[in-house]
Amino acid sequence: MQIQKLSKQYDGKTVVDGVSFSIPKGKVISLIGPNGAGKSTVMGMISRLIAQDSGLIHFEGKEMGKWKSRELSKRLAILTQSNHIQMKLTVRELVTFGRFPYSGNRLTREDQEIIDRAIRYMELETFEDRFLDELSGGQRQRALIAMVIAQDTEYVLLDEPTNNLDIYHATNMMKTVRRLCDELGKTVILVLHEINYAAFYSDYICAFKDGKIAKFGTVEEVITKENLSEIYQVDFEILNIAGKPLSIYY
Amino acid sequence: MKSVRSTLVLLAVLGVLSVWSLFVGAIDMTPSQLLAGDLHRWEIFLASRLPRLLAILCTGVGMSVAGLMMQQLCSNKFVSPTTGATISSAQFGILLALLFLPNSTLWSRALFAFGAAILGTWVFVWFIQRIRFQDAVMVPLVGVMFGNVIGGVTSYLAYQYEMTQALSTWLVGHFSLVLKGRYEIVWLTVPLVVLAFLFANHFNIVGLGRDFSKNLGVPYNVVLFLGLTIAAMITASVVVVVGSISYIGLIVPNIVTMYKGDKIRGTLVDTALFGAIFVLGCDMIGRAVIHPYELPIELIVGVLGSLIFVGLLFYRLKYGRKSIRLGRAPETGCAAPVAAVEGGEG
Repeated sequence: MQIQKLSKQYDGKTVVDGVSFSIPKGKVISLIGPNGAGKSTVMGMISRLIAQDSGLIHFEGKEMGKWKSRELSKRLAILTQSNHIQMKLTVRELVTFGRFPYSGNRLTREDQEIIDRAIRYMELETFEDRFLDELSGGQRQRALIAMVIAQDTEYVLLDEPTNNLDIYHATNMMKTVRRLCDELGKTVILVLHEINYAAFYSDYICAFKDGKIAKFGTVEEVITKENLSEIYQVDFEILNIAGKPLSIYY
Repeated sequence: MKSVRSTLVLLAVLGVLSVWSLFVGAIDMTPSQLLAGDLHRWEIFLASRLPRLLAILCTGVGMSVAGLMMQQLCSNKFVSPTTGATISSAQFGILLALLFLPNSTLWSRALFAFGAAILGTWVFVWFIQRIRFQDAVMVPLVGVMFGNVIGGVTSYLAYQYEMTQALSTWLVGHFSLVLKGRYEIVWLTVPLVVLAFLFANHFNIVGLGRDFSKNLGVPYNVVLFLGLTIAAMITASVVVVVGSISYIGLIVPNIVTMYKGDKIRGTLVDTALFGAIFVLGCDMIGRAVIHPYELPIELIVGVLGSLIFVGLLFYRLKYGRKSIRLGRAPETGCAAPVAAVEGGEG
């Protein structure tokens, strides 16, 4: 996926300003940055939820806008924060929606197997007939990931997947992200607030500031004292823990 | 299977009530008289009793399914043909037909009602999408107000052109004028409900939000307005024949959702059957209370419906959206309180 000179304005204010980068396949890429830096908007544009004002997104050899929505939904899945589901659906019913781009209303036996596998992969077997509103936030998030797995896309986009989760569930969510990439070979793009999660679990980091890319590169290239202090305007210390540059800020 | 059991129970209850209702009315009629070949009674049976039953079934099925669809599409449990201005728009359409085409047939009135109902519902939903209310209760309140404005214009015009008398038939729902040859429009609800069932998953996905639909490649606006159109047409075809019947579209889907969940494919049949039973039951009460005369169904539905609605509100206040589990003891455990906390932005 290649992004060229992406721009977006809201009410005359430029939120994303000429962003260009290309997303390496089969890796975990985290978008970080302060509030209002434009990372979520960039995410929205590369997932076709938000239309860009200018710029191009090349996806699998075609311009994003030229893709048929249904074809795209077999290759790229997006979970946004707005997915707090108020509906009384069971876990299995939700996961089944992941097969909708393929089979519509008529599920094949293969679809059922994929759904079973996705539920097992996220260890939701015991909850599969429970309603989502009876589950905890972490379980519901896992159900949504299971739906994305059933959707069987090469690209998975997650907008702040750890939001509203406690440390235990958030860490498990990040481990799942890693597994999606390592075991299932997916390209995962995340918007994250927690720098350390980004540093520990991603391969590449794209740091945003004021609608522009401040730094893009491997974790080691981006997570440095100078870079982070510059981007976030607070003092940082970098510690090397388990071979990863983790940061402390105060 | 558990999920089928409730459907079978509802089907059985509806079957018994339907047969029973055929032999309730001003003129005594028993199955044995029909079997004995009493031609006069057969005539009443075919011209009045049977059409009435069919109209009641279509009304119950139609209004509750229309309510279900509107609630799902707007993802708001308080939206319905009554609280979404659909019924009052349909009545406005009928008035326009009476004004501009005084000799209009039932069918041309129906066309006016269809057009007005669809337009009114679209405007309402377009409006609530633009405003984006924080509080879910605001949506039906706005709907009720919007409906009352349309109703007010309707009343004013009817008064101006001395149509109040003619219009009253459609303002208060009743089945006493349902006779062979002048109720068949209500059959339109059947193909429309089938259509709703076929597209049930589309409507479900749209109910889960714009981003959710886009992710799955479902065109949000197209499906939303198509669904609303179907719901409005169902409502209008009932209003043209029977008149306004409130509450059913509001309470029936809510009750069924409590035990069956929100997956439309799973709840639609139960909702339809429940709605039919509810209307049929109310109609039979209306016919029994001051026998041999009858009370308009709208009165009975209004009294029962408002009581049930208040009951539902109290239940929601006490238990939140907790479901009723049929056949099994309620499982409690790790069900954490569900608080929709708005996240930060990026």
